[in-house]
Amino acid sequence: MSAPDLTRFGASPAPIGIAIAPGVLLEALRHVRDAHGYRYYVLATAIERETGFEIVHAVRRHDPEDTLFVRVHVGKDAPEVDSAAFVYAGAEWHEREIFDLFGVRFRGHPDPRRILMPDEYPGHPLRKDFAMDTPWGYRP
Amino acid sequence: MTALLSGWTWAFVFSAATLGVAMTFVAYMTWLERKVAARMQNRIGPYEVGWPHGWLQPLADVLKLLVKEDTTPRAADRLLFNAGPILVVAPALVGFAFLPIAKGLAVVDHPYSFLFFIAFASLTLFGIFAAGWSSNNKYALLSALRMVAMAVSYEVPMILSLLIPAVWAGTFQLTGIVEAQRGLWFVLYPVVGQVAFLVFLLCALAEGNKSPLDILEAESELIAAYNVEYSGIKFALFYAGEYAHTLAICGLAATVFFGGYLGPSFLPGPIWLIVKSAALFVAILWIRWSLMRLRIDQAIRLNWTILLPVALVDLLFAAWWCVGA
Amino acid sequence: MGVPAVSAAPIEVVEREFGELALNMGPQHPSTHGVLRLVLHLSGETVVKAMPVIGYLHRGVEKLSEHLAYDQLAPVYERDDYLSPTSNSNAYVLAVEKLGGIEVPRRAQWVRALACEWQRIASHLVWLGTLGLDLGGALGGGTTLYMYCFREREKILDWLEALTGTRFHTNVNMVGGVRYDPDAASRAESTAMASEIEAALPELWSMSGGNPIFQERTRGVGVISKDLALGVGVTGPTLRASGVAYDVRAASPYDAYRELPPKVVTRTAGDAEARFQVRFEEIGVSLALVRTITEGLPAGPIFSRKPIKNPKATKLPAGEAYAAVESPRGELGFHIVSDGGPKPYRLKINAPSFKNLQVIPHVVPGGLLADVVATLGSLDPVMGDVDR
Repeated sequence: MSAPDLTRFGASPAPIGIAIAPGVLLEALRHVRDAHGYRYYVLATAIERETGFEIVHAVRRHDPEDTLFVRVHVGKDAPEVDSAAFVYAGAEWHEREIFDLFGVRFRGHPDPRRILMPDEYPGHPLRKDFAMDTPWGYRP
Repeated sequence: MTALLSGWTWAFVFSAATLGVAMTFVAYMTWLERKVAARMQNRIGPYEVGWPHGWLQPLADVLKLLVKEDTTPRAADRLLFNAGPILVVAPALVGFAFLPIAKGLAVVDHPYSFLFFIAFASLTLFGIFAAGWSSNNKYALLSALRMVAMAVSYEVPMILSLLIPAVWAGTFQLTGIVEAQRGLWFVLYPVVGQVAFLVFLLCALAEGNKSPLDILEAESELIAAYNVEYSGIKFALFYAGEYAHTLAICGLAATVFFGGYLGPSFLPGPIWLIVKSAALFVAILWIRWSLMRLRIDQAIRLNWTILLPVALVDLLFAAWWCVGA
Repeated sequence: MGVPAVSAAPIEVVEREFGELALNMGPQHPSTHGVLRLVLHLSGETVVKAMPVIGYLHRGVEKLSEHLAYDQLAPVYERDDYLSPTSNSNAYVLAVEKLGGIEVPRRAQWVRALACEWQRIASHLVWLGTLGLDLGGALGGGTTLYMYCFREREKILDWLEALTGTRFHTNVNMVGGVRYDPDAASRAESTAMASEIEAALPELWSMSGGNPIFQERTRGVGVISKDLALGVGVTGPTLRASGVAYDVRAASPYDAYRELPPKVVTRTAGDAEARFQVRFEEIGVSLALVRTITEGLPAGPIFSRKPIKNPKATKLPAGEAYAAVESPRGELGFHIVSDGGPKPYRLKINAPSFKNLQVIPHVVPGGLLADVVATLGSLDPVMGDVDR
């Protein structure tokens, strides 16, 4: 693994953190957790781009203080990525939320159900093509 | 006066009068509780209904509960569901019949009235368990289970601590126990009397489901516990039954530990009994509205590892004193 | 004996072992701190399995954020963690200012810190009062503690009303500064309130942490070990009670905390009592901080931009930013992705209660039913924060 380019708690024109291939996600997370001491799990989020979904895991170590954003990019049709739930216990609910709101499936997730929306809800609300029209014609 | 009325009529009138006074006492103790609790919490309590100071509040509450819809869950066991409130209220009110209000004067003045009182007070357990079981509701069931564990456990030290006045008086007749306190109230007997009273107070808290031992109706966990499915007049009966039970126990404590109707003659005997019961009730309220609640296993452990040995040792000392004196 | 009619909705099958009772501490419950559903499997009184079901208060704030302009969005987030509204909007405006490179005047930074610290004290008072209700019951000693805490909190809400016009969702933060300026009377009132609340703390302690019954109910209950805390990602007082000394105000300072770093309160036990002690001590730390901020409030403007005529005209450069504040519940962060337009492209809220609640299936099993309530109360979740 090459030395990661770390940008913590910052703003930049470019995405913050390091981008890695989806295939090595779990290995990379285990490596930063065990070899570099990033044992604290911060969040997982997803950003929808034109070409697909970008899944971002944020992990942190306390000594010295640093937050690392690990990004993977998956394609738009049948988006799937490995689940980090057995590497960091906190990833479980965050990945459920990403599945619920974006439709990205996580392979090997212990409990792949929707978390915020009702279980039978059709569609994934945070996608850009989610139909926002209401019966009475109001759009925010 | 008694010569004018024959035996049965006199008994009927006396019972009705005692029941009336007891029910009024129970109703106004709910008012007192709300006022005391409010003052402890920097509020005023009932004020508007029966201005000033809400002295008509109990009446308003009863009227409101009477006109509410009386729901019964479809899957509930009807017989037990309806029997629950009755089994709670009736034994509690019967307890008032045994308390003596003057020398030799009680509705039931029986040589074993003391034991009868305790036996009737324990019948409320059945009403609560019937309510919890028949409601077909898991929260009510959990509450009923806890009730059985707690009430059965706390009976033992309660009876042991209540035996101490009986041992000192040498009789189970409540008027006899009061008469034996003409010299000194039993609670004032050094150490032994006070320990007996304290053990009894804790058991009374447990039997009457008052904080810190109100695990039975732990509102924050089990919502309203055994009476969660009740509404309207049945709920009012549970409420009244709980208060009547607590007040009867307070009356018993006033009788066996604090001298019952004995007191300086500027107030008549029955008034002294009422004053002492009310004072004990306020003491229980004070504890109730200040302290958090114990967990069920902590409460049971408190009972078997602390209260029971203390009560036993105390009983031994009381008997030893009696034999020695 | 009647049998309930079969309803049309599909019946949820709850798998359980023989002898277990599946109890639903449903969305309507006095102690679940909002609309949280806990599916518990009980064996007698012992909890064998606990699964939180959330989403009853999901309002789609992240989706809404993609349709409103940056300047319009700050008040929206105050409804997320509705017990400390200013923290949410503070985190949001920090992220936006970081992304846009917008400077904030020093006085505005100090006013933000002042409002956040008062909200922290108010939120901790609510937590303490409701913990009393949970442990003591609405018909017992808990209500007394609750009334005393809320009596103190009323002073804070009155101060906020005098300053901003509303008691609670105050809309103080704007991108580039604050909206309201405390005058001399407001500052004097703030210092006086700090002294009054500090004087009331020993009584609150004697009713809660110093009370043996309370200690028995919370000692050894819901123990979160340090490894579990790090792996699951709990934040705030929950994390600090498990031995990790991480406070966003000290680790990545913002606003006035750059000049006034607060004391980081930690404990090592990780049980409900430790979490209680951390939060209680934090009230004291916040009161001292409030006094320092009020006395040292610098002069100057409170808003660094020109008056906003058209909210939709504010465009931020393309990029990403993550900013976090220390809300009373933990690290509240906003991750904003901008595409150069007037509205966020993607906005993710890092909600502390969401992460804290995740620890429940790990620590609740093995305890009694009463311990579930104590654990939940000590985690201090706010469902608006969990579901957003």
